[in-house]
Amino acid sequence: MPPIIDVQHLIKSYAGGGRALDDVSVEIESGEILALLGPNGAGKTTLISIICGLTRITEGTVSVGGFDVVKDYRKTRALIGLVPQELMLEPFETVFETVSLSRGLFGCKPNKSYIESVLSQLSLLDKKDAQMKELSGGMKRRVLIAKALSHEPKILFLDEPTAGVDVELRRDMWNVVTELKQRGVTIVLTTHYIEEAEEIADRVAVINGGKILLIEEKDKLMKRLGTKQLRIELQAPITTLPDSLSDVDVQRADDGMSLIYHYDVKAERTGITSLLSTLASEGIVLRDLQTYQSSLEDIFVGLVTEENK
Amino acid sequence: MNLYAVRAIYSFEMARTFRTMLQSIASPVISTALYFVVFGSAIGSRMTMIDGVPYGVFIVPGLIMLTVMMQSVANASFGIYFPKFLGTIYEPLSAPISPWEIVIGYVGAATTKSIMIGLIILAVSFLFVPVTIAHPVLMLCFLMLTAISFSLLGFILGIWARSFEQLNLVPMLILTPLVFLGGSFYSIDMLPPVWQTVTLFNPAVYLISGFRWAFFDTADVSIAVSLLAIGVFSAICFAVISWMFATGYRLKN
Ligand SMILES: Nc1ncnc2c1ncn2[C@@H]1O[C@H](COP(=O)(O)OP(=O)(O)OP(=O)(O)O)[C@@H](O)[C@H]1O
Ligand SMILES: [Mg+2]
Repeated sequence: MPPIIDVQHLIKSYAGGGRALDDVSVEIESGEILALLGPNGAGKTTLISIICGLTRITEGTVSVGGFDVVKDYRKTRALIGLVPQELMLEPFETVFETVSLSRGLFGCKPNKSYIESVLSQLSLLDKKDAQMKELSGGMKRRVLIAKALSHEPKILFLDEPTAGVDVELRRDMWNVVTELKQRGVTIVLTTHYIEEAEEIADRVAVINGGKILLIEEKDKLMKRLGTKQLRIELQAPITTLPDSLSDVDVQRADDGMSLIYHYDVKAERTGITSLLSTLASEGIVLRDLQTYQSSLEDIFVGLVTEENK
Repeated sequence: MNLYAVRAIYSFEMARTFRTMLQSIASPVISTALYFVVFGSAIGSRMTMIDGVPYGVFIVPGLIMLTVMMQSVANASFGIYFPKFLGTIYEPLSAPISPWEIVIGYVGAATTKSIMIGLIILAVSFLFVPVTIAHPVLMLCFLMLTAISFSLLGFILGIWARSFEQLNLVPMLILTPLVFLGGSFYSIDMLPPVWQTVTLFNPAVYLISGFRWAFFDTADVSIAVSLLAIGVFSAICFAVISWMFATGYRLKN
């Protein structure tokens, strides 16, 4: 299937500013959950705003559902629901009125029962007639989500949905997201937190300084995350690995002064004990042992610092 | 055309209007009543007839126009400035609607509100003076055209303004003089000749004159010129709005 969102060589320069997006290309598959991971000012909101039509493109193309977001904006925007990063709501309007307005704006016939079902899914039904100014921050966040879902979109953007949100709302939100995914909705969320991307995403894109540094299946990333390194420093260097270690994933390093062994922490047997006893029986004397885990955080920090050099 | 969207914006704005109806109506009605007392009765009793119309009656169309113009600009500019200020404008801007559908929704609501206020003032004036309307249908047309064109002007102002100060300053510094010097309280030929010429550059003059013609069948400038003036004024507003949307002026980066 062609990607539902196709961004090609996208460049965005704000007036008087540098490049907020620098030759970004991303293809987002229909039905997936993509986490856009990046530090402040990385360009996450800018990318989303361009796809939604809130910000103008400097160069490049963006298509949604096979249609160009500039030329065919009516078709592309009708597919999209956006939950913005900031809590922007009319203080004197009621929850129900505000959500109904959103549905109308997106060209849908009024449908009271659908809106009520969205509100109840977000535990807002009892606040239906409350004015925005009477709601807490977390409730306002829920209203923004309800607005975005009011027209049954095929694509949902969540721009930092968990900012200022408690554990309970976060759980509710992930439930909603999971349910939407089951219905085939494509979800793009931005976050600063790696755990969040791990928790919910199918794929993770790391963005910094307006560039996509990496985009990969989360499971593959997690596999890297799941492997650990054991570094064995030796008393005396060895020139070759003994034959008894030929079918073990171990390499010589530092001119034979140490050995590096990769193992899966989640596996039933890590193979460390047998490795150590083989080494002992070969008469190899150890000086020190270190284990090292490459987390998504490391991958992320590595990518970002490399970029900033 | 995304009719549901236009309707949604319009009814959302009208709901705001009705919620604050008392305050939006009370102030124009009270000030109009005061004008009648001061100009109509106190001063008017010492004035001669103008074009065969008693002064108290003569000022009715002008008063309605004055209020409708000011209200249109105020309503429309606030209507679009407020969502811009709150940030909620992100929604119409990311919705599958064209800029002109946004204009119809917001300007339509502002126009409706100022026409309602205009009609209420007309009703109030019946309590003070015996008003007659020579061309009722054309009177309504003029009222509508004025409300629409000044609401478009207000829409431009609302998009342009970066602060509430700017939003208030323009009506006060530019609009109030134009509207007051537009002949609400006097006939243009009561002015010295030089000022009569200066006055012809004031668009409010044409609207007020045309509106007054619909009441009394006499006017300062010909009705055709009045209509032409409204047309030109609206066309300029349309052009400015088109340009604003085409360039994303103060709406999109
Ligand atoms: N309206 C604007 N005018 C000028 N520069 C802007 C504007 N909006 C964003 N920028 C700049 O573009 C860059 C990317 O900003 P963006 O808001 O997309 O980052 P982000 O990844 O969403 O950050 P955060 O995590 O803080 O929300 C930043 O350097 C920012 O200063
Ligand atoms: Mg952001």
